[in-house]
Amino acid sequence: MSGSDKQPRIERRQFLKGAAAAGPALAAASLVSPQAAQAAQTPAGAAAPATMAVREQHPPGTGQPLAPGYVVGGDHMTDCLRALDIEYVASCPGSTFRGFQESIINYGGNKKPEFLTALHEDSSVHFAMGYAKITGKPMAAMIHGVVGVQHASMAIYNAFGDQVPVYIIAGNLLSEWGRRPGAEAAHSSTDQAQMVRDYIKWDEQPTTLRDFSNAAARCYEAAVSGAPGPVMLTADADMQEEAIHEDHKADLRLPKIGRRIPASADSGTVQELATMLCNAENPVLSLDRYGNNDKSIPLMVELAEALQAPVIDTRGRMNFPNRHPLNVSDIGGPYLRNADVVLAVEPRDLFGMVMALDDEDVRTPRPRIGQNTKVVRLGISHTSQKPNYGGSQRYAPADLDIQADAQGTMPALIEAVKRMAKPNFAARGERIANQTKNLLERAKAEAAYGWDASPISTARLCAEIWDQIKNEEYTVPTETNFLSSWPQRLWVMDKYYNFLGRSGGWGVGYNSAAAIGAALANKPHGRVTVALAGDGDFMMAPGVIWTAAHHQIPILFVIHNNRGYHQETMHLQRMANRRNRAVTTADIGTTIKDPNMDFAMMAKSMGVYSEGPVSNPVDLRPAIQRALAVVKRGEPAVLDIVAQPR
Amino acid sequence: MKRILLSVAALAGAAAFFAFSNAPIAEAAQAQGDVARGQAAFERIGCWACHGHQGQGGSTGPKIAPNPLAFPAFSGFVRTTSGEMPPFTARVLPDQDLRDIHAFLMSVPAAPAVATIPLLQ
Ligand code: HEC
Ligand SMILES: Cc1ncc(C[n+]2csc(CCOP(=O)(O)OP(=O)(O)O)c2C)c(N)n1
Ligand SMILES: [Mg+2]
Repeated sequence: MSGSDKQPRIERRQFLKGAAAAGPALAAASLVSPQAAQAAQTPAGAAAPATMAVREQHPPGTGQPLAPGYVVGGDHMTDCLRALDIEYVASCPGSTFRGFQESIINYGGNKKPEFLTALHEDSSVHFAMGYAKITGKPMAAMIHGVVGVQHASMAIYNAFGDQVPVYIIAGNLLSEWGRRPGAEAAHSSTDQAQMVRDYIKWDEQPTTLRDFSNAAARCYEAAVSGAPGPVMLTADADMQEEAIHEDHKADLRLPKIGRRIPASADSGTVQELATMLCNAENPVLSLDRYGNNDKSIPLMVELAEALQAPVIDTRGRMNFPNRHPLNVSDIGGPYLRNADVVLAVEPRDLFGMVMALDDEDVRTPRPRIGQNTKVVRLGISHTSQKPNYGGSQRYAPADLDIQADAQGTMPALIEAVKRMAKPNFAARGERIANQTKNLLERAKAEAAYGWDASPISTARLCAEIWDQIKNEEYTVPTETNFLSSWPQRLWVMDKYYNFLGRSGGWGVGYNSAAAIGAALANKPHGRVTVALAGDGDFMMAPGVIWTAAHHQIPILFVIHNNRGYHQETMHLQRMANRRNRAVTTADIGTTIKDPNMDFAMMAKSMGVYSEGPVSNPVDLRPAIQRALAVVKRGEPAVLDIVAQPR
Repeated sequence: MKRILLSVAALAGAAAFFAFSNAPIAEAAQAQGDVARGQAAFERIGCWACHGHQGQGGSTGPKIAPNPLAFPAFSGFVRTTSGEMPPFTARVLPDQDLRDIHAFLMSVPAAPAVATIPLLQ
């Protein structure tokens, strides 16, 4: 060991009483027996080292218990998670965090946090996403050094894109000294956060236990502040296994979380915005990552009604009641084109809100707004952007960019608008209501096409489900665009938890796993969670339903089985057509048939109630009924529905 | 508005179609389409992918059955469209197949009246 190597080792243990006394003593300490270590802890042994790596203290196979009066680093780490109010740790196990895991279970009693067994790291992170979208709180995803991070990376990318707080804890073996050749060496890295640093908000790799709580707190703060997102805290395995004497535990401070008040716009700006909106003839509200809690929607309804302005919900979250007369989401085009002011609320990608690009041979951006439309951006959802990955499209300017939390600004804005409201607003509202009043009837008329078809139409599937959950509090935790958005068109959606938006990074595999995390969060509320997952999405991580069974997480898990990666079938079809050659081969490499998957059998093999394949629409009702009965008992149930592609 | 644009495109397409096809083929194409062959072609050639197996439509392609466009407009559109729907030329979709597909779409029965569907009340 060189002198410069030595310095950090002393530093690492410095906070322990007497440890700074001498390097030589430390060096010796790593060699002494447990008995000697204990003796050194007697009051007389003041100069003796207070601790040493547990692995040195307890060589494997000696059966030597942890010396009395000692706790280990993992215990402190567990305390930190508890202090951060983290309820669950989703994890596929790995030895780089075995010390931490054992502490959570045996020191922490596996309660707050509690272990949630995942079968893939990608699932752990997606679980945490679904959970956070319901609770607003981060769940921890504990992942193995290097390989776990690699597996988790797509889900981390989704979480970043979707601005969902996820608390990732990665194991690592920082010290080359003690790593065993083979897996331990392979699962160690000097800077593993580098793999995902482009799409996490913060990362820490504390090098002493004393620094751990500080690092844990900073990560937490970054995850939940501003535009939320994933963070990564690397917990060194040596540090997890390091022993500390009780006397020194007090030196290890615990993180503390205070109240957070989001930044709202100042009164002058609020007044300016209210004036713009009230003076506009055709203001439009366009909402993206806005609806995150139970106050969001009522506030937005109040604003929209005060203005009698049309609202477009881009469905990045559940932002506005789908049946509200001012909701023009499905007929928003003309409203945007005629708008004189568009208030873009928490848009992650302003370009996508105001411009369109069709999938055509020659791609020309098409403005959605008029030439003279003034665009006001209200929100912070664009502020977590980073270079390199294209989560948001081209740069689009806002005429007025109010960088304040939209929901936080809402009460003052509503007040200001109410003060300036004009009598002609009512007529505008009536005109809009006239145009939206038939939307439901229109949707029903369209739903009737293919009503009795087999494969089952997506409209029929959604109508059948709705019929049986319409009196429940419920969540659709999955994307609905591949189901032609029938839930938004046929159901009643008016709570922030009725729908949770999209994956954020368009990474397939999100839906099935996020659904389980959402269902876990819904469990104490007694809400029914209805996942509508693609067969392709499900096969990215089918083990998620085992997690639901193992942890008794109730969820109605419906597989929209169109026997393929249908989105890609259509892409391939387009390519062949444009090239004017064989248009009959779009199924090659895009379908999941020959042989057909038996999802019901797969679910059964994981101890999950299941039915299917259901391909006759008349069989839907009883199947859903039986599955819901299972869900009401507190368990998952899977239905394999052979359905139309969209 | 969109529909008007489509019809203009369709008419232009239809004109092109009739201008360039020679008489015997035009006659053949005008022969009665075959429903069963049409359904098979609809599946084989991939129309179902965007329009659904019954032409009922969805988030990618609109409803094209029942009551499809009249054949000239229908064929004009399919042959010449350059938007989100890719064009199907006679090279990859022979005239007779297109005729048959049209016959199949014509044969799709009317949707049940919403009033008769309890779930949609
Ligand atoms: C890759 C997706 C895709 C495929 C495959 C496809 N379509 Fe389309 N189709 C569309 C879209 C999208 C539109 C709407 C076009 C628009 O708005 O420009 C459309 C429109 C149409 C229309 C016009 C409907 C109307 O009422 O204006 C017809 C007719 C049609 N398709 C027939 C077909 C037939 C027949 C096939 C198979 C030979 C087919 N389509 C294959 C996507 C597709
Ligand atoms: C990780 C990942 N791989 C591939 C894709 C490309 N992709 C986009 S949609 C899709 C199909 C997903 O299948 P499924 O969930 O069954 O939906 P479907 O389109 O069949 O309705 C694929 C493979 C992706 N977005 N993410
Ligand atoms: Mg699929």
